[in-house]
Amino acid sequence: MFSFVRRRMYTSAIPLVIVLLGVFLLARLTGDPTNLYLPESATADQREAFAAANGFNDPLIVQLFDYFKGIIHLDFGTSLRTGESAAEMALRAFPATLQLAFVTMALAILGAVIVGCWAAYRPNSLADRFSSLLSMTAASIPDFWFAITGVWLFSVLMGWLPTSGTDAGMLSWILPIATLMIRPLGVLTQVVRGAMVSALSAPYVRLARSKGASDFRVVTHHALRNAAAPALTVAGDLAVGLINGAVVVEAIFGWPGIGKLMIDAILQRDFAVLQAAVLLTAVSIFILNIAIDACYALLDARVREPAKV
Amino acid sequence: MTAVAEHPPVDQTDADPALRVQDLTVDIRTIAGTVRAVDHVTFAARSGETLALLGESGCGKSMTATALVGLLEPVAQVVDGSARIGDTDLITADRKKRRAMAGPELAIVFQDALTALNPLYTVGTQLAEPFRIHHGLKAKEAKRRAMELMTRVGIPQPEERMKAYPHQFSGGMRQRLLIAMAVALNPKVLIADEPTTALDVTVQAQIMALLKSLRTEYDMAVVLITHDLALVAEEADRVAVMYAGSIVETGSVTEVFGDPKHPYTKGLLDSVPVDAVRGAELKSIGGSPPDLHSIPAGCVYQDRCPLVRDICRSTRPGLQDVGSRRKSACHFPGEVSNV
Amino acid sequence: MTQLDLVPVKPTTAIVSEPVGRKASGRSVWFRMLVNDRVAAVAATVLGVVALTALFGPMLVGDLATDIDLDNSNQAPFTLAHGWANVLGTDPLGRSMLARLVVACQTTLSVAIPAVVISAVIGSVIGMWAGYYRGWRETLAMRVADVIMSFPSLLLAVVVLYVFSPSAANIVVVLAITRIPVYLRTARAESAELATRVFVDAARTFGASGTSIITRHVLPIVLPTLLTVATLDFCYVMLAESSLSFLGIGIQPPDVSWGLMVAQGRTYLHTAWWLSFLPGLAIVITTVSATILAAWARIATDPAQRWRLTVPQKRLSRFAKTGKAL
Repeated sequence: MFSFVRRRMYTSAIPLVIVLLGVFLLARLTGDPTNLYLPESATADQREAFAAANGFNDPLIVQLFDYFKGIIHLDFGTSLRTGESAAEMALRAFPATLQLAFVTMALAILGAVIVGCWAAYRPNSLADRFSSLLSMTAASIPDFWFAITGVWLFSVLMGWLPTSGTDAGMLSWILPIATLMIRPLGVLTQVVRGAMVSALSAPYVRLARSKGASDFRVVTHHALRNAAAPALTVAGDLAVGLINGAVVVEAIFGWPGIGKLMIDAILQRDFAVLQAAVLLTAVSIFILNIAIDACYALLDARVREPAKV
Repeated sequence: MTAVAEHPPVDQTDADPALRVQDLTVDIRTIAGTVRAVDHVTFAARSGETLALLGESGCGKSMTATALVGLLEPVAQVVDGSARIGDTDLITADRKKRRAMAGPELAIVFQDALTALNPLYTVGTQLAEPFRIHHGLKAKEAKRRAMELMTRVGIPQPEERMKAYPHQFSGGMRQRLLIAMAVALNPKVLIADEPTTALDVTVQAQIMALLKSLRTEYDMAVVLITHDLALVAEEADRVAVMYAGSIVETGSVTEVFGDPKHPYTKGLLDSVPVDAVRGAELKSIGGSPPDLHSIPAGCVYQDRCPLVRDICRSTRPGLQDVGSRRKSACHFPGEVSNV
Repeated sequence: MTQLDLVPVKPTTAIVSEPVGRKASGRSVWFRMLVNDRVAAVAATVLGVVALTALFGPMLVGDLATDIDLDNSNQAPFTLAHGWANVLGTDPLGRSMLARLVVACQTTLSVAIPAVVISAVIGSVIGMWAGYYRGWRETLAMRVADVIMSFPSLLLAVVVLYVFSPSAANIVVVLAITRIPVYLRTARAESAELATRVFVDAARTFGASGTSIITRHVLPIVLPTLLTVATLDFCYVMLAESSLSFLGIGIQPPDVSWGLMVAQGRTYLHTAWWLSFLPGLAIVITTVSATILAAWARIATDPAQRWRLTVPQKRLSRFAKTGKAL
């Protein structure tokens, strides 16, 4: 098991380096930040000083070298905007997004498993077909539209929920999570149902029943574990989407997360913060992918074996 | 369908057979209409004895087995008949009772051991399952019993092998595992559905030997489902021959194979190339089994039978006594030896 | 209701077969299969209307989408009081919502469809190649997919906006690149599984080259899955473009897309709800229809399941009443 994880980590290292390199290059492609941070009337000398202070004058290779050196020392420089350590800003914003992502995925998985298993248990029934239609619709709803409609309905019209921000305690979580959750819930429900239908018609289910296993045991112990793999793949993709900064949701609800930080940094050409934020998300996505592969290996012994006979 | 001759009830004089199947009938709903896959099948299996259900592919023998165990696909339904173990009729029993009987009273060994075992759980967990379900044993105790089982069915080094997964075993070993799971709770009746079809000959012999010794040890009634005549001749005590969903002949293997009383059985036996001369044509039964959508009125075998007469086309023969504990569904059982 | 994912019934005996006698050819078989599934037929019709709107709509509505008429600004929908063209209301500049929705349809689809096609072709080809040969090719392809997936698509999109001119073409390229991994991984997984099958070994024994095996054996089997993925991906790309436009880094005014319309209507939430609601509804209707059609396609392209769609629904529901799965 550990050798499996180790192997995965090694093969992930190179792509990670490529992402970092890519971020470096792309960030600088967005243009020269000098004009954003210095007033129009700045003299050439002042511009020169600004550029020198931030290392923009050095040849690209030197900047690159400094960049990677900084990363190894976990120093991402300071924000052009606020002067704070970029790393700190990124680390401060990240938990907000993580919390959102975590709760959303947990609820979505829970809901999908329950509804999906129930639908597969009573296939082709009215409840099954209705829930299929419902989950397909949920998977098709644009999150920003859902958010806006939600805000309009529950904040503007009814005044039950806050329109934005994190101040209202539990209440301020409801709309953001509902918005983020609707699509994963819809997609996952369909996947779970499909996988469960396959699993429930498999020969080992027949065997379990011939041993006298109860329906509950067959569904939860035998079938569900076999249905987990495809559901896990999809859940992983969805989770990546969430970590990648549910930018839209953060923008609409003013949630102080990493997505909002990234888009602000892009628009303001704050390279340091952008690099730090992207690195943070990229690393967590890689960790997530490794974790998912590890889950596969835990679930299915056949995956753990390195060679195929 | 024309008049069906009544099937006399299973022989009452024998000391209670462990499994008594009477007029079991299974219909399948298809797009093109309802089809009768199992037609008033009647047989009995006794403890300590092996009854073979013999027939070619598609004759309904596997469907009979699945009907007995209650694992029919949703499109198939038992529409008539009974299957008694002790006092309980499996067909009319409710789900809860059925589940309670699955394992301790009635067990089944499936054909394809690889797909029948759950690939994600260790063999030890799966072997321990019957004990946990029916006897409520805790994990450790159940695992201990599972190890004993593994030793009993001849799997070496059970303590290590318990933690292995199904794909890590060979075909023969997997079949032993299936058998172990089936006999775990000492069932009265064991159904073996083509248990050796996927195995090579030497392993076949070992598996059948294992089944035999288990049968004696647990005093089980074994129902062996197969299309292999040689296997029946070697291993079974009694045989029930099936054709197109109906039973056409029953009796002890020695008597049925020595002196068949149904043209189909005779045809099967004649087509075994034992005495074949090199260069000569191999004998076979002309024609093919009827499409179940269009089974003819009268005897099911009429289109291929060398003895066919008018009465065969109008009246379906029921299982008649043709000897001591022998039955045949033919209007002219005495003429079969002339064919 | 739709046939999607009806419980697969695996008959153990060769009883279930298609009614003998009617051998219709190609096109009409597909048409019959579509008609037999009422919900899928509705979805297909809706998509057809959307496609036609995208193709011919802008020609028909002409200037209605751009004519500014400040006297008629922010009129409510569902009334003919302001002329039939404004039956869905007007925006703050008095432009007909209906007309704008139609023009936006064309823009949205002209971004979504090319993006899907490009990413599907590239991703599938690489995926099949990687899955068939395995080894370093597979590892390389998977890690490339990882890289793409962990790249904030947002960053890529904004860079495109700033560096190159923000055009529909560039958005197509960005979206296509970010979706390649989906096809790559699906194609690779299926291809790798198929490569272990005996018929591939058989093909090799009579000298077939890898490329020909992939084209003639792997591709036809993988194609149905890929098509289904593509249909679902179309929904995702549509939603992605809408999100980008909503955030202001997608389609730029004066061009119009549904996502952009939702964004523009946001400030009028209190007074003119239809400005944001209607375009969003258009997105939902299109995506749901595509999803339903994808589910239908999954069954129609699977030879083992196709029989479900060859009989009228009434007969099927009587036959397929399966009750519980266990």
